[in-house]
Amino acid sequence: MQTTFTPAQLADPHVAESEAILRKCVHCGFCTATCPTYVTLGNELDSPRGRIYLIKDMLENGRPADEEVVTHIDRCLSCLACMTTCPSGVNYMHLVDHARVHIEQTYRRPLKDRLVRAVLAAVLPYPSRFRLALKAARLGRPLAGFMKRVPFLKTFGVMLDLAPSQIASASAAAVPGIRAAEIEKRGRVAILTGCAQPVLKPGINEATIRLLTRLGVEVVVPQGEGCCGALVHHMGREEQALVAARRNVDVWIRAADEGGLDAIIITASGCGTTIKDYGHMLRLDPAYADKAARVSALARDITEYLATLDLPRQEARNITVAYHSACSMQHGQKITLAPKVLLKNAGFTVRDPAEGHLCCGSAGTYNILQPEISATLKARKVRNIEATKADIIATGNIGCITQIATGTAMPILHTVELLDWAYGGEKPALPQK
Amino acid sequence: MPETIAFLEPKQSVLARRDAIIEDLADLLPEGCLISEKRGLVPFETDAFIAYRQVPLAVALPETTAQVAAVLKYCSRYGIPVVPRGAGTSLSGGAIPQSDAVVIGLSKMSRILDIDFANRTATVQAGVTNLNISEAVSADGFFYAPDPSSQLACTIGGNIGMNSGGAHCLKYGVTTNNLLGVKMVLFDGTIVDLGGKALDAPAYDLLGLVCGSEGQLGIVTEATVRLIAKPEGTRPVLFGFMSSEEAGSCVAEVIGSGIIPVAIEFMDKPAIGICEAFAQAGYPMDVEALLIVEVEGSEAEMEAMLASIIDIARRHGVSTIRESQSATEAALIWKGRKSAFGATGRIADYICMDGTVPLSQLSYVLKKTGEIIDGYGLRVANVFHAGDGNMHPLILYNINDPEDAARAEAAGNDILRLCVDAGGCLTGEHGVGIEKRDLMLHQFTQVDLNQQMAARAAFDPQWIMNPSKVFPLEGRPAA
Repeated sequence: MQTTFTPAQLADPHVAESEAILRKCVHCGFCTATCPTYVTLGNELDSPRGRIYLIKDMLENGRPADEEVVTHIDRCLSCLACMTTCPSGVNYMHLVDHARVHIEQTYRRPLKDRLVRAVLAAVLPYPSRFRLALKAARLGRPLAGFMKRVPFLKTFGVMLDLAPSQIASASAAAVPGIRAAEIEKRGRVAILTGCAQPVLKPGINEATIRLLTRLGVEVVVPQGEGCCGALVHHMGREEQALVAARRNVDVWIRAADEGGLDAIIITASGCGTTIKDYGHMLRLDPAYADKAARVSALARDITEYLATLDLPRQEARNITVAYHSACSMQHGQKITLAPKVLLKNAGFTVRDPAEGHLCCGSAGTYNILQPEISATLKARKVRNIEATKADIIATGNIGCITQIATGTAMPILHTVELLDWAYGGEKPALPQK
Repeated sequence: MPETIAFLEPKQSVLARRDAIIEDLADLLPEGCLISEKRGLVPFETDAFIAYRQVPLAVALPETTAQVAAVLKYCSRYGIPVVPRGAGTSLSGGAIPQSDAVVIGLSKMSRILDIDFANRTATVQAGVTNLNISEAVSADGFFYAPDPSSQLACTIGGNIGMNSGGAHCLKYGVTTNNLLGVKMVLFDGTIVDLGGKALDAPAYDLLGLVCGSEGQLGIVTEATVRLIAKPEGTRPVLFGFMSSEEAGSCVAEVIGSGIIPVAIEFMDKPAIGICEAFAQAGYPMDVEALLIVEVEGSEAEMEAMLASIIDIARRHGVSTIRESQSATEAALIWKGRKSAFGATGRIADYICMDGTVPLSQLSYVLKKTGEIIDGYGLRVANVFHAGDGNMHPLILYNINDPEDAARAEAAGNDILRLCVDAGGCLTGEHGVGIEKRDLMLHQFTQVDLNQQMAARAAFDPQWIMNPSKVFPLEGRPAA
């Protein structure tokens, strides 16, 4: 596409990068077809091509963000289906990241939005605060109906609805230390404990550590690691995201230097997409660029890593699994086959729901910030999953688990929970309704 | 890019009433169905023919035929130009607006209305994508045959506007051969139904006139199309050649000997590299030209047809023959081919030609195309529907360099003239749009064009429907 940036504008490395991305786009329109919001709303402004054009116009004119642009960028799920579809190789992810930072820096949101975003950014990335908030939410739940009817409180009402009715206590899996291999050691990895997942579903990392150590892999739960930064990164709060990234880079580089690391294991694909992008996020920071690139190169989704371990084929069991591929898994990390092959080898029958490329509407904090579109996408996703008539849903991202669970009576588990069971672990407790 | 193709001068009377028009349109449409702020209008300023751009006055996104009719009725009352838009994937600029125009986008009308297996038809709203139709009937063993490379995104309404083709049209025909009926809104808001579920309709073939009329005779809001039973099996086979001329003469002999495979697609070396980079389909990288030949039917039918084609290919010096071994491989072969234009964005900007030539001229035109491109100091990638003689040279250039852009446009015009002079025509499937409008006099005499314009005026006497397109601005009837 033609661009009209001035040399002065291009001196800014962020603008220069966005210009290079825009120059690859040939405006063919293929991306519109697989964009969940375009498919739902039917307006090109709510499609990747429309957003790319809005961003181009805003950046070229060096204009602060305004309501029209913000509305349509905010509706983007960052599912990155467009990047899977795009034949030209347009890096929409980095372009929309830049736009979000620009919005955060140049646009003053209405008071309610600022409040909601500040609360999310201050609570979600911190497990202790998040756990406390969920406990409070349980008490506040009877108020959800009322709050959703009051425009100013609506978003908080949505949050109350999403909060689980049972909250697990802090998991032993999150305690820093080294979990030794149970058989002859064949590898050493660090595991991301993360932020929201250990509060909502501590069983996921517990299963991962059990499975890995049983398979002969030493697992390091490093001291001092925290949220990967994805939640605030997607809100355009770049400094906060980079602080999180630097802290984790330091922790993992130390772990790698101390005892060597074959991989950094991530069990939430949303985090995986961001950690694999640390090298890019910190490319302009001379003190961190190399280390961050090293961390990104070590980052592996748990299924990616398990696929390298040559697990033995297990006897077929009479259980059919609908595999829901999280957007961050299939589009963000391009991991499409490994989880399904692992499940099949573990003895499960695997089915692919129709329209598997479409987002379930979870998308980090999207189900809180854009509840209407999110609910439409959830209903569509659940319809497609239920049509498989499978016994159970498996997926690799905590956001999807939380989202889909609120829309169906089918049980939903993390892929690794099923694999742990298949390879000698306890039968996973099915989520309680 | 220098504005060498002019748009109609905007009507000052329309521009002056902008605010009132927007207020009135807002009354005719539900909330969220009208875009009127400058910010939101800019992304609609072009389609996939990105060299030309015009920000429209407003964009209407109606949800029903009645709303389309209401907007058209209003626009005709005040003489406001209207530009229909499907998915905005036109390569000839068919959906590029003009500054005094209301764009009517059909993207919210994307429901499949009726699937009738007994009559083998599907009735869909105009904003349904081409591929959605095939997907909706695939489990029952059917498909919709015309398959433009943009079928993932392009809409059936746009396909009807441009009489779109595609790789598989060699055997099954283009849009007009697969369209049975339309619901259409005329310039004044009148809603008409043409055709139906049967293969032929009484009286004049108005449907034939509408298909390919580039949004100038009315706006199609619903279409009834033929469904075709899927064959027992399909198999794409790759044939590599050491020269484009050999590949071209092979195609001519295959068709000349009476063999009609489902598809014969051509890619030259630059195109093979581009498509392989995106799809990793396993195309041979050591050949100068590649044919993708797809055969279908029972195993015996496929074997027999392939044997004849292989015989011919050997006579034309084929260097590689590879049959796809699995459905996944076949899908990748087509994914690469169908993404060719977009994937070109990885290496350069491009304009895509669409000339069609008699097959006997294929090798000659390929060679001359190369010479024209060399003469302008440009690069070209060729990827096209060889079996139909429908050529798509992609002229590579740098859109940020005005001189390069002017050269690319001039080279494109030379190539299209070459196609006409070789006994072919300006457009196989992308339509005239704005891109080829000023070349129409190379194809037709003014008398020919006058007759075509008379037919157009019978549908739209005010000339408000997509008025800057198809017919050269000079020589039009006086307003």
